Amino acid sequence: MSGAMQPLAAEAIAGKVAAGARLIRWLEDGDPRGRAALRDLYPHTGRAHLIGITGPPGAGKSTLVDALVAEERQRGRRVGVIAVDPSSPFSGGAILGDRLRMQRHAADEGVFIRSMGSRGQLGGLSRATFDAVLVLDAMGYDRVIVETMGVGQDELDIVGLAHSTVIVNVPGLGDEIQAIKAGLMEAGDIFVVNKADRDGADQTLRQLELMLHLRTRHPSGDDWQPPLLAVVSTRGEGIAALVDALDHHASHLHDSGGFEARLGSRSHHLFLGLLRDGAARRLMEQALDQPEIAALVEAVRSRRIDPYSAADTLVARIHLQP
Amino acid sequence: MPQRPIRVLLAKLGLDTHTVGVTVIAHALRDAGMEVIFTGLKQTPEMVANTAIQEDVDVVGVSSLSAGHMRNLPRLAKLLQEKGGGDKLLVAGGVIPEQDAPAIRAAGYAHIFTMGADTREIITFIQDWHARQETTAP
Repeated sequence: MSGAMQPLAAEAIAGKVAAGARLIRWLEDGDPRGRAALRDLYPHTGRAHLIGITGPPGAGKSTLVDALVAEERQRGRRVGVIAVDPSSPFSGGAILGDRLRMQRHAADEGVFIRSMGSRGQLGGLSRATFDAVLVLDAMGYDRVIVETMGVGQDELDIVGLAHSTVIVNVPGLGDEIQAIKAGLMEAGDIFVVNKADRDGADQTLRQLELMLHLRTRHPSGDDWQPPLLAVVSTRGEGIAALVDALDHHASHLHDSGGFEARLGSRSHHLFLGLLRDGAARRLMEQALDQPEIAALVEAVRSRRIDPYSAADTLVARIHLQP
Repeated sequence: MPQRPIRVLLAKLGLDTHTVGVTVIAHALRDAGMEVIFTGLKQTPEMVANTAIQEDVDVVGVSSLSAGHMRNLPRLAKLLQEKGGGDKLLVAGGVIPEQDAPAIRAAGYAHIFTMGADTREIITFIQDWHARQETTAP
């Protein structure tokens, strides 16, 4: 790529916090300057260990992240955190409360914490989470931790984003097996029972252990055996073991070529997603003006043709130029 | 269609431990379509400035219900300037004696919402400011 770098991109790569923060804002808001900066940042990404923290609401994910940041800092690593909270489907606004539990790191220049509203996305992340991860990676943070919204079902975007996915559970959520559906069991690289000083922790650990024995292989065909750890985030208990497990997983990925492979598949999916969105947008922009479309809409409304056949009629006419 | 919610940081400086007012405001702003981040209690100006920069908020609202505002509020404004956050709207609220108001405004606070301010007044103030920013942006 020739020409001068986007000025904020250059500042972000040099580690300037305000520049990186503004780039994330542009990417989140769909500002075209964000895309231009990302082009310059992209060659500087791929170094950070990306860690996903997910689990049901109330599992103590934010407090776990807080403890994790403290331990990573002890080990001399710079840490970026992205915490996603749900946006209101009614107003579009959000109260982003995850940061509240991590605020003791606010005076630490080696920590960057960003709160994001889901802005209408399901699956525990926002549309711009991946972009924000790239910015923090390019800024030189050694670890980038992404805390998802409380999920517990199969909507698990984090798996496509992180090198290491940590599934957090707690005793006493009722039927724990319900909270950890098959998708989560297959996806996790490390399993944590938080609040392990509570009643029922042993039972939760036993249930998880059983499910891990029954677990099918990781979708990538990896032979990693996911560890199961008991932690008490509020007291920092078990956190050193969790960071050890994360480090172990990172070296496992490096040794097996999985570190780049996971990044590669993530970029591949992003590319396909962008292609799909872009192609659909271009087609729709050109198509919606045409009277033929209006006629088909009317035909569907009056039940002369079903919606599937109507769409197929038009899709069959799309041709790529050679 | 890009969505661009206004982002607001609500902060409590010093030893003040009152949270009811800030909670009410946070919900009102959320319902007006804004993304609201709360720092929690007992923050230093350094922590609030770092948070505002990292979160790249448009607005920093500082509530003070205890003494210390004459030291903390100007310090926060100065730190924001130094760290590259000089473009943010700064507003203050809570118990700020009338005689202190000119100094707080001179430090860079666009408005001081006193006790009993209606949340609609706060929302309108922020939205009007934001609309002016959008029209003057390059």
